[in-house]
Amino acid sequence: MNLAATGMAAAVAIAVLTALLAVVVRTRTSVVGVGTALTGVAAVVAGAAALAGGSFSVVLPGVLPLSGVSLTLDPLGGLFVAVTGGVAVAAGIYSMSYADTPDLRARGVRVALPLFVVAMVLVPAAANVGTLLVCWELMALTSLVLVVAEHRRGPQVASAGRWYAVMTHLGFVSVLIGLMLFVAHTGDDSFAAMREAGRHLSPAVAGVVFVATLVGFASKAGIVPLHAWLPRAHPEAPSHVSALMSAAMVNLGVYGLVRVGVDLLGGGAAWWWLLVLALGAVSAVYGILQAAMSSDLKRLLGQSTTENMGLVLIGVGAAGLFASSGDRALAALALTAALVHVVGHAAFKTVLFLAAGSVLHATGSRDLDALGGLRPVMPVTTAAFGVGALAASALPPGTAFVSEWLLLQALIHGLPAGGVAAAIAMPVAVAAVALTAGLAVATFVKAFGVGFLAKPRSEAVAGAHESPFTMLAAMGIAAVVCVVLALWPAGILPAVQAAAGGVAVSGDVTLRLNQATGALSPLLLTLGLVAAVAVVAAVMRAAVARRVRREARLWDCGGGPMSARMEYTATSFAEPLQRVFDDVVQPELDVDVSHHEESRYLVQAVEYRRKVPDRIERRLYQPVLSVITAWGRAGRGLAPGSVHRYLGYGFYAVCGVLLLLAVTR
Amino acid sequence: MLSLWRKIRRTGRVAESAPPLPDGERPERAVVLGGSVQIRHVDAGSCNGCEVEIGSAFGPVYDGERYGARLVASPRHADALLVTGVVTRNMAEPLRRTFDAVPAPKLVVAVGDCARDCGVFAGAYGVAGAVRDIVPVDVEIPGCPPRPEAIVEGLRKLTGR
Amino acid sequence: MSALGVIGGVVQPVLIVAGSPLLVGLMRQVRARLEGRAGAGVGQPWRDLRKLLRKERIAPRGTSEVFRFAPLVLVATTLVVAVVVPFVATESALDPVADLFAVVALLALGAVALALAGLDTGTAFGGMGASREMTILALVEPTLLVAIFALSVRVGSTNLGAIVSSTLHDPARVISPVSLLAAVALIVVIVAETGRIPVDNPSTHLELTMVHEAMVLEHAGPDLALVELASAMRLSVFLGLLANLFVPWGIATEATPLALLIGVLALVVKVGVLGGLLAAGEVFVAKLRLFRVPELLAGSFLLALLAVAASFFLA
Repeated sequence: MNLAATGMAAAVAIAVLTALLAVVVRTRTSVVGVGTALTGVAAVVAGAAALAGGSFSVVLPGVLPLSGVSLTLDPLGGLFVAVTGGVAVAAGIYSMSYADTPDLRARGVRVALPLFVVAMVLVPAAANVGTLLVCWELMALTSLVLVVAEHRRGPQVASAGRWYAVMTHLGFVSVLIGLMLFVAHTGDDSFAAMREAGRHLSPAVAGVVFVATLVGFASKAGIVPLHAWLPRAHPEAPSHVSALMSAAMVNLGVYGLVRVGVDLLGGGAAWWWLLVLALGAVSAVYGILQAAMSSDLKRLLGQSTTENMGLVLIGVGAAGLFASSGDRALAALALTAALVHVVGHAAFKTVLFLAAGSVLHATGSRDLDALGGLRPVMPVTTAAFGVGALAASALPPGTAFVSEWLLLQALIHGLPAGGVAAAIAMPVAVAAVALTAGLAVATFVKAFGVGFLAKPRSEAVAGAHESPFTMLAAMGIAAVVCVVLALWPAGILPAVQAAAGGVAVSGDVTLRLNQATGALSPLLLTLGLVAAVAVVAAVMRAAVARRVRREARLWDCGGGPMSARMEYTATSFAEPLQRVFDDVVQPELDVDVSHHEESRYLVQAVEYRRKVPDRIERRLYQPVLSVITAWGRAGRGLAPGSVHRYLGYGFYAVCGVLLLLAVTR
Repeated sequence: MLSLWRKIRRTGRVAESAPPLPDGERPERAVVLGGSVQIRHVDAGSCNGCEVEIGSAFGPVYDGERYGARLVASPRHADALLVTGVVTRNMAEPLRRTFDAVPAPKLVVAVGDCARDCGVFAGAYGVAGAVRDIVPVDVEIPGCPPRPEAIVEGLRKLTGR
Repeated sequence: MSALGVIGGVVQPVLIVAGSPLLVGLMRQVRARLEGRAGAGVGQPWRDLRKLLRKERIAPRGTSEVFRFAPLVLVATTLVVAVVVPFVATESALDPVADLFAVVALLALGAVALALAGLDTGTAFGGMGASREMTILALVEPTLLVAIFALSVRVGSTNLGAIVSSTLHDPARVISPVSLLAAVALIVVIVAETGRIPVDNPSTHLELTMVHEAMVLEHAGPDLALVELASAMRLSVFLGLLANLFVPWGIATEATPLALLIGVLALVVKVGVLGGLLAAGEVFVAKLRLFRVPELLAGSFLLALLAVAASFFLA
């Protein structure tokens, strides 16, 4: 047994033991948290060992009927296992005090947490269709339990759970259909056999398999138009679960896509990847646009997950496109960029969700319009969110900056490489990435500036307090990882390139593209920035005559003190952007002006309501839902509750079958 | 656009040539400013006659900016307050706060007879006093309203140019 | 790290810091003359800065260190850009940072710092300025990146030194449709990014029409000096970038005193001419309504996309 196998075994054993403890003994939440974190540590060890070349394979025929359990950890799976484990470490530590509420202490919820983590760890290690599907379903079910854990809070939690349950299972069905079709043509459900047979599938069958699995995996990754569950479920789940879902679970959609599309089907036609690229571009822009309009902190983060998965898909799509035109080096570069973004996104989204949970814990609110002024009372949470926001907004020094730079390098060098398809796809992709980058900056300035700076906008915030130590420690770990990834991305390059199957970028301090010209050094850039700040500060110390700052009241135009109601809120901050993208987001505005009784010219009150509905959801889901509702209503006529009638149905059905047999035989 | 260009060509320079630097003592704190004075204008209860004249003092003909004076939007950016009118009771506190908002070293210029000694409004029920009753005044510019030349001359005492 | 790069990395920031207030003074003087005024002289911005440094520092109640550090970060980001971008010499002191994306992101980081400072004050004007600045930034960034994309596709690199050198070796590129379209797009976004008319009016006194000024209404004394210096530096950095991307001639390619002197003079002349043209243009146009600005920026985005398309079909 090598290190990877030991790690995997330890992860499964710890998780199952924790779950058993939670069932049998009335354990404290901290035990579940520690168990989850240890599972994560074991998974990180296993993933890292697999990335370093210590892959393993194990087949346990008796565990699962028909196909048996078959596990293999190769570098690609290892990367996702390690990322999931890393998120689980932070989430587990965080849950030690965060989950100490009546709702989250419920036995089912405590059992589900370690099982959810271990299911996510097993998905990338599955080596046959049966194992993959079972783990996939276990992941869906346990996460569903966790999403609805706080159902007492309001009906919106149950609604989010329903959306999530339906969509994740439709996605599952789609994956199931695709893989069953695949297996029907290979005759064996082990990935090794499918990899062999995948190259000989007819293009039509391969195309159907790819599209079916793409639908399922894209719905898991929250890709537009299958994203509807994500901004519902992620905000309503407890924050450490949101972090697990947003930073780890959505990645598995990408994993599935790469595993089936690139690995098992062996590349395939260019149109597959153009489709992926288009989906990614639409998701990135649409996700960040929705996030820019959102004033719910956790919803905003959920929508930003759609955006980031979109960016990853742009990378994956570009990689597939380059590979289909035979440019292996560029394909490796694009896939490296996508995977670096997966890792970076996992790190910063963990920080952001945990910090948002800390805010929710302290104030009971996640409405940005009611937050603000958290800097003095919650300094650590503010700092952690600041690190995460910087990383998410593609500004240096941040992780997204590095991965988006890699992605743009791949796209720039891809323009002369591909044919006409590339000539159209690449500029559009660059435009999408660029628009996303710009809007992400505005979104996270809003989230950080309005949510944490300035003055408190409501009573709840004024009485806020810093969170307990374990929560801060979890945020701290994730934030440190964020900073390390941002300054030294070369540290994860060997791992990512082992997973991407090609060395496209090299370097220790400076990243250098191997097959093309291009170099970037985030560390030098940051050092330069720090040096410049130091120089400017020193010059200012020398040049400034009066060093002492006089404290003065805010400039209120000489009038009375300014109240918190005069501050800009998240809604007003986003208003100019909303106007600019009026045609795309189509907000619903409602202005009620009530007048005094004496005169219509005297205004008593103005009420302004704004809602930014999800337009795709309204156009796409509402018709489907109304058809299903109508169908259900029509079906109700068949079932009036009379037993005689039901017996009659049985009789007529038997007669019908007999008649059919008589005619056909 | 071409017609505008022709107009610019035809008009040429309308700014009058600078009169000699006025003598008389400069406020001590103005020397530190070294030829650059940003001004925040405060209307403490003026009839707007002085505002019209201030407007022309910064117009092309008198061009107050050429002496290093400039109107700004916030007292935080300002070195001097240009106060016009009698200080009404409602404006007394805002004037004090505006003065407080200006970073030191700071100066106050009282423009017009009302600002100096309440002018025709002296003793009216809504008047809190002249500017010097509320905040310390460094330069006073007499006139009702003062001519733009006088305003420019007062500002040149601050800029020293 | 070559000798030329090191010398450039020392000369450029000194030149930009010393020269950018003079550029602002020059532009104000050009405007004053066209408006029939005498003007305060080219040195006035430096006099303003000297005075601001002598003034008192103010900490408005309720603001955090974000407010205090924002001016430092703003100047520092611009300073790093001034060091790395090939303004005077083709080689950069920090070559792995002299990347167009990194430069654009650094300049955006400075704007973000200032916007956060505006939000941190908690005043309505601060929030308003931050919101507008971020909206414009969100629309400017895509155009900048796509225009850059168009310029770097032909070179096969986003490294600024590589782009400038390749234009030096192949002058015919300057008059290609790709360059012209990208240049127009870049000019529009530079006008927007540096807050000039018709997007923003740097000398407005009316809070409701402000963009950049509204964010800095609370900054006083030395902090304001930093903000003013930084916005002047950003203006010269953007104009210098524009000049050297399209008309790089005169830039020093070897580390001799004469070449460097010519490089400095060429940069001063190019940026001065561009600044003068920009100031003269401002006399002829009025400020756009805030919500007409996105149309202008969308137009420039389209031009940049056309430039990319042209770079493929004319390759």
